Amino acid sequence: MSALTRWSLVGATWLIILIVLILPPLLVLSEALRDGLLTALQTLADPDALSAIQLTVEMTILSVAINTVFGVLAAWTISKYRFPFRGVLVALIEIPISVSPVVAGLVWLLLFGSQGWWGAALDRYNIHIAFASPGILLATLFVTFPYVARTVLPLMEQQGRDAEDAAMLLGASFWQILWRVTLPDARWALLSGVLLTTARAMGEFGAVSVVSGHIPGMTETMPLHIETLYNGYQSVAAFTMAALLALMAMLTVGFRAMFENRARRMAKAGGMEA
Amino acid sequence: MRLMAEAIFSSLRRKSDPLPGFRLALFSTLLWIGLIVVLPITALVVRPWQEGLGAMTAALHDGRMFAALEVSFLTAFLAALINVPIGLLLTWTLVRVKLPGRRIVDALIDLPFAIPTAVTGITLATLYGPQGWLGKPLAHLGITVAYSTAGIVVALIFVGLPFIVRSVEPVLRDLPPELEEAAGLLGATSWQTVRRVVLPTMLPATVTGFGLAFARGIGEYGSVIFIAGNQPFRTEIAPLLVVVRLQEFDYAGATSIAFVLLAASSLCLAGVALLRRRVARGLITGID
Repeated sequence: MSALTRWSLVGATWLIILIVLILPPLLVLSEALRDGLLTALQTLADPDALSAIQLTVEMTILSVAINTVFGVLAAWTISKYRFPFRGVLVALIEIPISVSPVVAGLVWLLLFGSQGWWGAALDRYNIHIAFASPGILLATLFVTFPYVARTVLPLMEQQGRDAEDAAMLLGASFWQILWRVTLPDARWALLSGVLLTTARAMGEFGAVSVVSGHIPGMTETMPLHIETLYNGYQSVAAFTMAALLALMAMLTVGFRAMFENRARRMAKAGGMEA
Repeated sequence: MRLMAEAIFSSLRRKSDPLPGFRLALFSTLLWIGLIVVLPITALVVRPWQEGLGAMTAALHDGRMFAALEVSFLTAFLAALINVPIGLLLTWTLVRVKLPGRRIVDALIDLPFAIPTAVTGITLATLYGPQGWLGKPLAHLGITVAYSTAGIVVALIFVGLPFIVRSVEPVLRDLPPELEEAAGLLGATSWQTVRRVVLPTMLPATVTGFGLAFARGIGEYGSVIFIAGNQPFRTEIAPLLVVVRLQEFDYAGATSIAFVLLAASSLCLAGVALLRRRVARGLITGID
């Protein structure tokens, strides 16, 4: 291939990267800092902004914790035991990946909305799920449901069962086997799944938007508050919040890439020893 | 469903497995999958029938719904199609040319995965808006992107790009550069090498990436609604119409659109999974 074609292809690549991937993050920073760093930081001190940050942190911690515990148990069940319809369980776990975020929110309204199956009945007992934080949690749980199970499952399948069988013969209990035998070996995959869940949980917009009811200071997470600010022409505040949220998500994903490289290197080193 | 439960529980009774914890582990797994996935999806599938035939035929006569579905499918298809050459070019320079700053580019490719959709939405709307860094020069050329169909396509290109690159990348890495060199030595021009050697090998992976990007594009909401303009019949995407119907308390209308979206993306991903399995089994090699 001639040098000319080669370099024109490289030039085209960089042009695309500049337009598609570099300009957007630069724009977020430039819009947020338009009136200076101080003004930008002040917008974050607004009570509604603080409440949005707090709600996002709470919802993220809760959904990550729940989906991690059950995701590990599901991956363990599917990979270590032999029973019929294991493939169906795997397929069910993967459903949320293909579902539109808006649909992921709608399904909870069909259950708990005012016209939902149980919404009106629960209202009578003063239990509010739709347009309140339990609804936001359910939507986030649904959207981030597959990630831990999906990252841990292939590794557990690959582990096989020899170590677990040995531990069992030595008299270890279920929790001892899971905690001391299986998980230490799967820790990097688990961490990767947890970080992916975290990044997706804090950024979820569509699903949460449908179930939250958008009450500023009450049921607005960070992504929803960004929308409210942007539509209210509070551009600096919107982009400051956007910069903060994007930074949180990118750091999480960045950590994940770091740990994944490490896990891959370790796997390679282990392979050579064997 | 009942058959499945019976089969699982009969294997429970047999107690064939000596590894402890089977009941507890299986029970919590079924509980988790049942509550968070099966229950809500069941509601989505059952609900339209509950509303009765009247509501369903009303939904089928809803012109706005078909217009919205058409916008969503068309823009998702276009964006995925445009992403194919862009993605192939990026992958090829990333893998084959020792591009200056390759590690940075590699990290940047995943940016659309990492950035929350609402952030993408307001950013692209501002970037391509009438006063934006790209919108203003484009407006001088007479091209409007924001608040038009083109805006939706631009947003979906951004969201879908990593799917193509990350699908094709491993295949291209495994393709020995010697193959391309051999083609050159045998007298093939570089265009012939690309068309006859490189592209056919990458075809299944490209189709996979296209399918994933398309499926994602159909349901995409956050990154699109800010730039779309959201005019009924013209720039209103199907997921947005779901939200509009819900705000009108028209659950039947919302559910019927949601049902189509769910069916379409599931079919798409099932197709991708089938293709992958056939490639893995060696039924499709790409090189003939």
